Amino acid sequence: MIVTDPAYKDPLLYVDNLSVSFDGFKAVDGVSFFVDPNEIRVIIGPNGAGKTTVLDLICGKTRATSGSIRFHDQDLTRMSENGIVKAGIGRKFQNPSIYDDLTVFENLEISFPRGRNVFGALTFKRDAEVRERIEDIAETIFLADRLDERAEYLSHGQKQWLEIGMLLIQDPELLMLDEPVAGMSVSERGKTAELLHKIIQGRSVLVIEHDMKFVEDIAHRVTVLHQGKVLSEGSMEHVKNDPKVIEVYLGH
Amino acid sequence: MKDINDARENPFFRRQELIGLLIFAALILVVFPAFLDTFRLNLVGKYLTYAFVTVGLVICWGYGGILSLGQGIFFGLGGYCMAMFLKLEASSVANTKIQSTPGIPDFMDWNQLTALPWFWKPFHSLPASVIAVIVVPTAFAFVIGAAMFKRRVGGVYFAIITQAVALILSILIVGQQGYTGGINGITDLRTLLGWDIRTDHAKFILYFVNCLLLLGAILLTQYVTKSKLGRILVAMREKEDRVRFSGYSVADFKIFAFCFAAALSAVGGAMFTLQVGFMSPSFVGITPSIEMVIYTAVGGRMSILGSVYGALIVNFAKTTLSESFPELWLFGLGALFIAVVLVIPDGLAGMLSHYIAPYLGKLKPASDAVNGKSPLNQTPAE
Ligand SMILES: Nc1ncnc2c1ncn2[C@@H]1O[C@H](COP(=O)(O)OP(=O)(O)OP(=O)(O)O)[C@@H](O)[C@H]1O
Ligand SMILES: [Mg+2]
Repeated sequence: MIVTDPAYKDPLLYVDNLSVSFDGFKAVDGVSFFVDPNEIRVIIGPNGAGKTTVLDLICGKTRATSGSIRFHDQDLTRMSENGIVKAGIGRKFQNPSIYDDLTVFENLEISFPRGRNVFGALTFKRDAEVRERIEDIAETIFLADRLDERAEYLSHGQKQWLEIGMLLIQDPELLMLDEPVAGMSVSERGKTAELLHKIIQGRSVLVIEHDMKFVEDIAHRVTVLHQGKVLSEGSMEHVKNDPKVIEVYLGH
Repeated sequence: MKDINDARENPFFRRQELIGLLIFAALILVVFPAFLDTFRLNLVGKYLTYAFVTVGLVICWGYGGILSLGQGIFFGLGGYCMAMFLKLEASSVANTKIQSTPGIPDFMDWNQLTALPWFWKPFHSLPASVIAVIVVPTAFAFVIGAAMFKRRVGGVYFAIITQAVALILSILIVGQQGYTGGINGITDLRTLLGWDIRTDHAKFILYFVNCLLLLGAILLTQYVTKSKLGRILVAMREKEDRVRFSGYSVADFKIFAFCFAAALSAVGGAMFTLQVGFMSPSFVGITPSIEMVIYTAVGGRMSILGSVYGALIVNFAKTTLSESFPELWLFGLGALFIAVVLVIPDGLAGMLSHYIAPYLGKLKPASDAVNGKSPLNQTPAE
């Protein structure tokens, strides 16, 4: 296991010896890693390696069997899902998860970080600040001219961008993306890489991705998971040449 | 460009919605009273009390996707709270001097009760009773909702549980005859603060009170659907986890939707008691609860007014058909439900906007055509 020296920098996210088992099956098994401020970290690994489960654990969807997840000074394993969002973590799901029956504008509006309790939602005003922010984000995610369309009419790639936009509007410090370019065309992938580079300012991004070309494009560091464990970690160059990684993942 | 701005304006009423509401108001406030005799008008008034339930179901089921098969619980509790007040007023010592214990409701006396049970005592006061009409059913809904939604029980399981609660409550009411009036319910209600509610004149007045309350409920519900909360309910129905991981406590919103529907149902129940003059367990159990869902499905579960028309139309049909073919009615109702679910999932309102609105749109400026099949659906600007 590769352990980075914890003293060298203050990490934003510190996952320590994290494990979860489902009916005795260890989907995540003693995983540790750090994510630094303003870092784009990519997690790769074969199907079923436990990548999605790691994100589930961080955002509170799944509860850890053991280990801890520190974000700033908070232990996320003890917090509610909405508490974790408020702490500054946004998460995109593996399948585009947007609201088909609402317009693109309304999809983004729901993620605007105001009026998140019942009373706040009843009295929420769609004021100039909200509109401007939504129009801004829509520009960033290439959907400025689609704001008033029902989201179901978007292409698959546009739905992925919309969900990224819904997270951006929350302005999270840590953005977690599960296979954001899966099913995208080559030109859409290029635009997504451009998008990620643009939004990295002032936040960290944790991305799960299979597309190696895309990973090379964006990753600062790469973590390779295999059978619930960290197999290798480091720069893309390092990981690509690691014989263990070539054997279980890149070889085929 | 104007269309786009209109869509984001999110006005309280779109023009079509406003016209629809005005037509409905004219129908119940002018047309029905002008053309129906008191008996028929009172019948319509009774149907309109069910509309409180269907409007609540639009929020809870249509928007929130929470199917409750137990709305009779709240309709009944509201109705019982009202009936308890009226019964106590009708059971004055003077009216009940032939009883072995004068001054308590007749059914208590028949069941050898010699004193008014503690939970009946607040119902001597009208203000307390009116508060109870809203608070008791809503608090009960809150308890059910909190117990279920905090544990993430939803969908079919929730529907079955509401049905079980409705069944248990109706059995309880029937069984506890001395406290509740049993299977016959609370009957022989006479006056409200000395005003005889059984006269034609009183029924006429109560009809209008009911109409105004219903219009108020419709406006309130319209507000909810137009607020961000309305859109969150739709979002939750579609992608619950996405809403949860956007920082919302999903359970709180479900509890709100369920309590809101319960409170409206309760007002309907209280108005039912006032207009019909009794309340019985047959309005609490499974059958009425399911019928309410059918009215909503027929009218359109995403349309407030549609659901109201659903209650009216199905009940007109019920009254007409069950006079001629009483045995066939239940089968007819079941068949109707299946047909609606299979053929017009958005109900009559959905059919109207889907098949007819496009033609209207061609006759009018394009901006009026932006209505979609529900108040939420903003079709793309052409
Ligand atoms: N809630 C759960 N209950 C039981 N098993 C689960 C659960 N979630 C995940 N698993 C199992 O854990 C393992 C890891 O799954 P995970 O979805 O994290 O893999 P992944 O690395 O994201 O794979 P992919 O590349 O296919 O998305 C799989 O074998 C999966 O079946
Ligand atoms: Mg996965």
